[in-house]
Amino acid sequence: MLTILFDGIAYGMLLFVLACGLAVTLGLMNFVNLAHGAFAMAGGYVTVVLMQRYGVPFLACLPLAFLAAAALGAVAERLLYRHMYGRSHLDQVLFSIGLVFMAVAAADYVMGSSPQNVRLPSYLLGRYEVFGIGIGVYRLFLIGVCGALTIALQLILARTRFGSRLRAAVDDPRVARGMGIDVNAIFAVTFAFGSGLAGLGGALGAEILGLDPTFPLKFMLYFLIVVTVGGTSSMTGPFVAALLLGFADVAGKYYIPQAGAFIIYAVMIAVLMLRPNGLFARGVTR
Amino acid sequence: MLKLFGRRSDTPVTPAGFLNSQAAWTAPEILFWLLALAMLAIAPNRAALLNEIAILGLFALSIDLILGYAGIVSLGQAAFFGFGAYVAGLLAKTVVAEPVTGLVVAMLAAGLLGFATSFLIIRGTDLTRLMVTLGVALLLYEVANKLEWVTGGTDGLLGIVMGPILGLFAFDFLGRTAYLYSLTVLFVLFLLARRIVHSPFGLSLRAVKDNRLRAASIGISPARRLVMVYTLSAAYAGAAGALLAQTTAFVSLEVLDFGKSADGLLVLVIGGSGYLYGGLIGAVAFKLMKDFLSGITPAYWLFWMGLFLVILVLIGRDRISHRLKLLAQRVKP
Repeated sequence: MLTILFDGIAYGMLLFVLACGLAVTLGLMNFVNLAHGAFAMAGGYVTVVLMQRYGVPFLACLPLAFLAAAALGAVAERLLYRHMYGRSHLDQVLFSIGLVFMAVAAADYVMGSSPQNVRLPSYLLGRYEVFGIGIGVYRLFLIGVCGALTIALQLILARTRFGSRLRAAVDDPRVARGMGIDVNAIFAVTFAFGSGLAGLGGALGAEILGLDPTFPLKFMLYFLIVVTVGGTSSMTGPFVAALLLGFADVAGKYYIPQAGAFIIYAVMIAVLMLRPNGLFARGVTR
Repeated sequence: MLKLFGRRSDTPVTPAGFLNSQAAWTAPEILFWLLALAMLAIAPNRAALLNEIAILGLFALSIDLILGYAGIVSLGQAAFFGFGAYVAGLLAKTVVAEPVTGLVVAMLAAGLLGFATSFLIIRGTDLTRLMVTLGVALLLYEVANKLEWVTGGTDGLLGIVMGPILGLFAFDFLGRTAYLYSLTVLFVLFLLARRIVHSPFGLSLRAVKDNRLRAASIGISPARRLVMVYTLSAAYAGAAGALLAQTTAFVSLEVLDFGKSADGLLVLVIGGSGYLYGGLIGAVAFKLMKDFLSGITPAYWLFWMGLFLVILVLIGRDRISHRLKLLAQRVKP
């Protein structure tokens, strides 16, 4: 039971890192970006290529995956996403589905359709037994990295000048512009940062989630669930939702494997029925 | 003032007159349907493809009803499509092999499912609705996948043998009967949809779409309208699914897949939403484009499809249909 809890937390943390970029774009900027998983996939593939072809050690790959995905995100934001900010949700959905299609086909063309795996270094393998709880070293590593990221992210958003500017730009772009805040630049940096986090998540998660060209489609829903269930007003909501989801998924697979993803979808619908704006929503609907 | 809305200069001023003028048949419309029928004589060998186009068109029409007229963005229309397909397939396998009966039952069943789930979509924002519709479709996919003894799981529903339509017209190998059957169903349902959107009910739907609060304040109940149109649209999608199951004698999990919902939305957007013909024209364009693209690059046509979609949205969907409308007006005397 405690082992499942531990694995669930590790999985949930991973989901949060993968989804928190989306929590910013979708949650704060109100942009339905179904293509978020494509950036995660990019991070995963960068890691695979660096490790297999160039022999770069795993730990060095992680920041590189972040940078690669962030660069990709920055380019995509400047060229494409920027034009879609004020559009209807339908336009945003169609636009990002189009991007997903392109990403899936492109990944298939470049990397082939077979699943890739990341070979973890030996010091991240193995398990410890602590008070009867089986603790995988890699799971522990995940919790450490993702926990640190979560805290850093929360501090950036809540404490720094950039964080308060971002919140201002999101709440009321017009007034923010009037106050001399460069809203465009802030959105661009935020988008790139979110994409970078997705890429890092993809690199960290390739071993657990698997990596093949359909990745953006397969996990699109998980990211969306994390954000919608968590609510779109703070980072706490998605974080709690990611932990819940991770735990429910791991426990569900362990106890009732025949139910598959059924439980998660049912829970999502139930939560959205009771609280249409997510678990931790402020009262206003935007 | 009314001239802005009416298509003709002699637009009457009474509400009923306005609706009638909107509902009048125009020459291009009649030509469209005659051409659809004539396609069988023009390209008799492509009857199977034509059949697929008709089914896809009906599916897109069902999305147009909720998106184009009620403004609900759904990512889970495949739920009803797939449900209708499985109901029709199972019915043909176990109870009755006659297609029209199966079609009606499948429509009713999908409509009931739509009614039951419609209460999930009347609350919340666009985003909540997106997720809930998507969630319902995925739930059904999981259920169909797990109920292997009923649905055949990943192998699909095999061994469907259809009887002749109404006991008279047997399906042939080339798919001509299939196309005629699908086209007839499409036409009948299209007529019904046309009647509905040009009725006071249709107008009230558009009022709800444009401004819910304002609609509510003039005495229209938005929730009730949405429930009704969602149910109707579900029944339409169920009919499309049933047609697919009956004319191809096979149902696989693909009918419930997210890709199916995305395809339907894509088709509608290519053709333009909110004027009923969008889905049909989009279905023709989509199939031709898919044929063409997969002819060039069999494995990677999805890439070009995605690129097309991105460009389409970036340029602006409305702008294209607006241009077409201007063009149509110029062609018409």
